[in-house]
Amino acid sequence: MSGLKAAFRPRSHFNARSGNRYSLLPLRFLALDDSRYIVTNLVGEHLVLPRETVHALVRHELPMNSAAYAELKASHFVVDADSAVALDLLALKYRTKQAFLSQFTSLFMFVTTLRCEHSCRYCQVSRQSESKHEFDMTVETAKAAVDFMFKSPSPSLKVEFQGGESLLNFEIVKHIVARVEERNLQERRAVEFVIATNLAPLSEEHLRFCADHHILISTSLDGPESLHNFNRPKKGKDSYALAVDGIRRARAALGKDRVSALMTTTEASFERPKEIVDEYVAQGFDSIFLRSISPYGFAVKTGQASRYQMAAWLDFYKTALSHIIDLNLRGVPFREEFASLILRKILTPWPTGYVDLQSPAGIGISALVFNYDGAIYASDESRMLAEMGDQTFRLGTLGIDEFETVMTSDRLLQPLLDSMSEGVPMCSDCALQPYCGADPVHHHATQGNSVGFKPTSSYCQKTMGVVRHLIGLLEDDPAAAHVLRGWV
Amino acid sequence: MRLPDGPSVALPEELSYLREGDVVRVVPYAGEFNVLYRRASPHNSMLLTERCNSFCVMCSQPPKEANDGFLADVWLQAIPLMAPETRELGLSGGEPALLGDRFIELLRACKSHLPSTALHVLSNGRLFNYLSLAKQVANVACADLMIGIPLYSDLPAGHDFVVQARGAFEQTLRGIMNLKRCGVKVELRVVLHKETIDRLPRLARFISRNLAFVDHVALMGLELMGFARGNLEALWVDPADYQAQLRAAVEELVRGRLQVSIYNHPLCVLDRSLWAYARKSISDWKNEYLPSCVACTEREQCGGLFASATLRRSAHIAPIFRGASG
Ligand code: SF4
Ligand code: SF4
Repeated sequence: MSGLKAAFRPRSHFNARSGNRYSLLPLRFLALDDSRYIVTNLVGEHLVLPRETVHALVRHELPMNSAAYAELKASHFVVDADSAVALDLLALKYRTKQAFLSQFTSLFMFVTTLRCEHSCRYCQVSRQSESKHEFDMTVETAKAAVDFMFKSPSPSLKVEFQGGESLLNFEIVKHIVARVEERNLQERRAVEFVIATNLAPLSEEHLRFCADHHILISTSLDGPESLHNFNRPKKGKDSYALAVDGIRRARAALGKDRVSALMTTTEASFERPKEIVDEYVAQGFDSIFLRSISPYGFAVKTGQASRYQMAAWLDFYKTALSHIIDLNLRGVPFREEFASLILRKILTPWPTGYVDLQSPAGIGISALVFNYDGAIYASDESRMLAEMGDQTFRLGTLGIDEFETVMTSDRLLQPLLDSMSEGVPMCSDCALQPYCGADPVHHHATQGNSVGFKPTSSYCQKTMGVVRHLIGLLEDDPAAAHVLRGWV
Repeated sequence: MRLPDGPSVALPEELSYLREGDVVRVVPYAGEFNVLYRRASPHNSMLLTERCNSFCVMCSQPPKEANDGFLADVWLQAIPLMAPETRELGLSGGEPALLGDRFIELLRACKSHLPSTALHVLSNGRLFNYLSLAKQVANVACADLMIGIPLYSDLPAGHDFVVQARGAFEQTLRGIMNLKRCGVKVELRVVLHKETIDRLPRLARFISRNLAFVDHVALMGLELMGFARGNLEALWVDPADYQAQLRAAVEELVRGRLQVSIYNHPLCVLDRSLWAYARKSISDWKNEYLPSCVACTEREQCGGLFASATLRRSAHIAPIFRGASG
């Protein structure tokens, strides 16, 4: 009953196909639960389908007039005689998704000093007492670091000051900022500065400098006072009070959106997911990044312990996430950043620029670390590993090794090759590969080689756990799905 | 009115709106008189041909197999007479790209005589399937050119049915990709009616996944002209009845970071969350209001109705009183 005038052909005319066969485009699937599969294609589009539908699909027995077939065709899981444009669109989408690679290294962490007045439980960088100036970055090292950074072809450069407590060597921060700004008069890159600090030493002079040079502040806030102070011991037991006061002062001086906070999960945090979220809400933040427990230190020695901890973290994560979704449903807009990143991968064609979930990994080609002593590391974790005596990911030394040599050395290229999850055992068959990535440093530290063995990897366990949970919510919980879709 | 080379022509009363700077065409021996361009109007458009390689079920300007090559000549003469201050100029059809080299020539004429005018071409995009044509368009290097191309479904058969041409989906998509590859701006246009509304959210997802690089997406109400009149019963849906699909589609497109506009919808039938995307789009000579609109506080913001809406209009048009929650 088309009802169209006679000059027009009915829909059925166009539905009649020239062929009755379809071809599968690259696709992978993974059980979501007992009755359903998550099916994904090369570029991260996904469908959740009943087990029988997937069976029929791969046997080429799915009726081409079924609703499931239409969905699969529209999302480029299958192609038939109707149109071959799907292949070109897939190519385009793949290119979009991998676009982050064309930028090359854009994040540079400058470790200004190892000195710190905190002695945090999870700190891996054998912090030094406040008076030991031999752990400060020197002017020569800073100069070499800035030169090295500008060798990167990236149109945007992010300079992040790290420690120890970065502000304890404020002279070198000022020096580096001045140098970068001067150099950039010619270079004209989009430069951004971030100071990572625990805020304890934050002075008015620091704030004035940050305001004058548009510097962002990133601090640590682990949760409510007792938890924060337990995780982050300091003489005077006032880490929390100083952080909260520092956040307030920094916001007043720089603007609310110029101050961000990061939390680190410890075993002590596992008990208190809601309180941690509530603390962030109370401090006026509109999001939190629920980070997993770091595998360095104790867990490095036994892979099992790290999997045990990851399971506990996943429980913690799910509880916190459901609390955050509830907050949103009650009218408090608040985001969880890890979920946002993964949702962006699931629901949009864009790359995220999140270095911990990308293939090839972000080591070197997305981020580099310049240590106070001139060592160049592939990532912050590489530096932590080195502090524990393992120099595997030390790529070179400032002032001695050239950018070209460092970036093309086997020390970097081999783990990068190992990190291309498209071709790694288990990952190559994994439906979640488009949302996941690789972390050669993590796998080296926990499993002894940079490829890693995914069935016992806590990195894999984490992606599987979080992505499955999010897709389950998108599928089965319309209210939560609405909130989650708003985060991308 | 006096013609340039002497004789004067007496204009009928209904043409008294003509002003200095307007462009008309007089064919004395055939007794024809056409208004081609009105200087004061923001909605000038040039019909370049009535021929088309598609046959859309709701076409407002039904294609004719006429030998109308003379139209391009007329416009080539008219363009130099138009005011360089003209803000926007439409190029429509039929399918303008069927003119091939003459289409390029017209673009060149616009570029040289109207260098700062925004040019908006309405095309079905199929011929840009030929990369060479897309390149030619790009090479004219108009300062501000956008090609508006309709896309009706995420599935080939759905689109091919609406435009009544097998293979059109594929050609149109390749056309869009080719134009964008050459750096030409592209707007996607989706006309909303019974045959496009059900899959609209799915089409939106397809666009934000596959065509996120287009410059604008226009979701347009049905104008009851041309074929849309003949197929009225088959195509008509009260806009009030498709607000859920429309909202879902807009959310999807916005999430995909696309620029979205809703055209041809009176505000009173649009969900409030969509008002921010509604544009006053109906050409000045086509839009109308109802007597009851007088009382409406949103009249200034509202584009009103097509004059053709006398034929059929939403059952939900009713004045809005600002402040009243809704
Ligand atoms: S690490 Fe695990 S979740 Fe990630 S791609 Fe590999 S197998 Fe899949
Ligand atoms: S009542 Fe009239 S003016 Fe008001 S929104 Fe509706 S159509 Fe527009």
